Amino acid sequence: MPSLIDLRRRIRSVRNTQQITRAMKMVSTARLRRAQDRVLQARPYARSLRELAENAAAAASASERLARHPLLVRRPEERIQLILITSDRGLAGAFNANLIKAAQAFLQEHSGARVEMELIGRKGRDFFRKRGAAITGEHIGLANRARYDDIVPLADKMLRRYAAKEIDAVYLLYNEFKSMLAQRLEVRRVLPIELREAASPVEYITERPPEELLDTLLPQYVKITLHHALLESTAAEHAARMTAMDAATTNAEELIDKLTLHLNRVRQASITREIIEVVSGATGLE
Amino acid sequence: MADSFELEIATPDRLLVKERVREAQIPAAKGYIGVLPEHSPFLELLGIGELTYDAGGRRASLAVAGGFVEVLPDRVRVLAERAERAEEIDVERARRALERAEERLKNPLEGKVDIARALNAMRRAEARLQASGRG
Repeated sequence: MPSLIDLRRRIRSVRNTQQITRAMKMVSTARLRRAQDRVLQARPYARSLRELAENAAAAASASERLARHPLLVRRPEERIQLILITSDRGLAGAFNANLIKAAQAFLQEHSGARVEMELIGRKGRDFFRKRGAAITGEHIGLANRARYDDIVPLADKMLRRYAAKEIDAVYLLYNEFKSMLAQRLEVRRVLPIELREAASPVEYITERPPEELLDTLLPQYVKITLHHALLESTAAEHAARMTAMDAATTNAEELIDKLTLHLNRVRQASITREIIEVVSGATGLE
Repeated sequence: MADSFELEIATPDRLLVKERVREAQIPAAKGYIGVLPEHSPFLELLGIGELTYDAGGRRASLAVAGGFVEVLPDRVRVLAERAERAEEIDVERARRALERAEERLKNPLEGKVDIARALNAMRRAEARLQASGRG
């Protein structure tokens, strides 16, 4: 049977942990709100750009020459680039574990091709570096700010490698924010670009040849896709951490209740024992 | 005929403007275009410069650089790579950038890339100063 002192110490320790998890939950809540706000702020640009790109895609499909735009044409996927977005910090439940599992499944699935990885986030970097995966780049601390300017160099690198035929396709694997309680794993092909064609394309007056517009629109679309993924992943990370820390706080509460009950029993038992000792001592004297 | 249209100005990071305006001057890649309501559909690359518009008597101004302009009869969308409202512009910084760019143009280091980059930097700084009203 543990002593009173041991139990008190244990309770104090659990309470300290609980304070930390509660604070972390509050920090995550604030960060989540900011991350969600950024997702909302970024949406108008992304939506408009997609509409423009879909419009251009409709125009492109009408012309054989435009449809052969290098960023739109699929080729046999012998060398694949996988961009994996994990978080820099842990304690976010199964957030990173699910991503890494999915990434391994992706590698398995494409074992016929050569897959090179571009790793965003410390967790994924640590995991795949240890296992000696082919890594083309690492980005730590990118998700914190998730600013558009930060993602541009990465997008340019992908476009350059794709244009130089060092890679035949670029895939993106990340967690999308679905709700407070759930993230959804997303695997998306970034290059070559997959576009729905606008149902009723607008006929613009423009002096610019359509291929010139495509040349500007399509790379921009790639950048926005990466930016969007990073924003979503950041929101999902904070939501996951918030949920995990909430659960931890609740568990700590339960543990404290249980231990307190136990402590009271032990204390009561020792008091009873002392009374018995006193009483039996007194009886012995008579 | 409508006397106003909706103007939306967004960058990848945020939405800056979404309001009804009567008229707008937009720096397209091949020169400024003036837009009034009921303009025919028009799509062009966005240049570097000062974008101004009239929102019910109030004249607002922004510095923009790079991206796209889409004009429709009842709506204009400006997708700028960079955009700042006049009141957000750091005038001191823009001035320093302008000086640096001019300096570099006077003594170009090497290659065309450097000159092109300095030219762009200069035009961005000029647009900022102009939009902030202290050009």
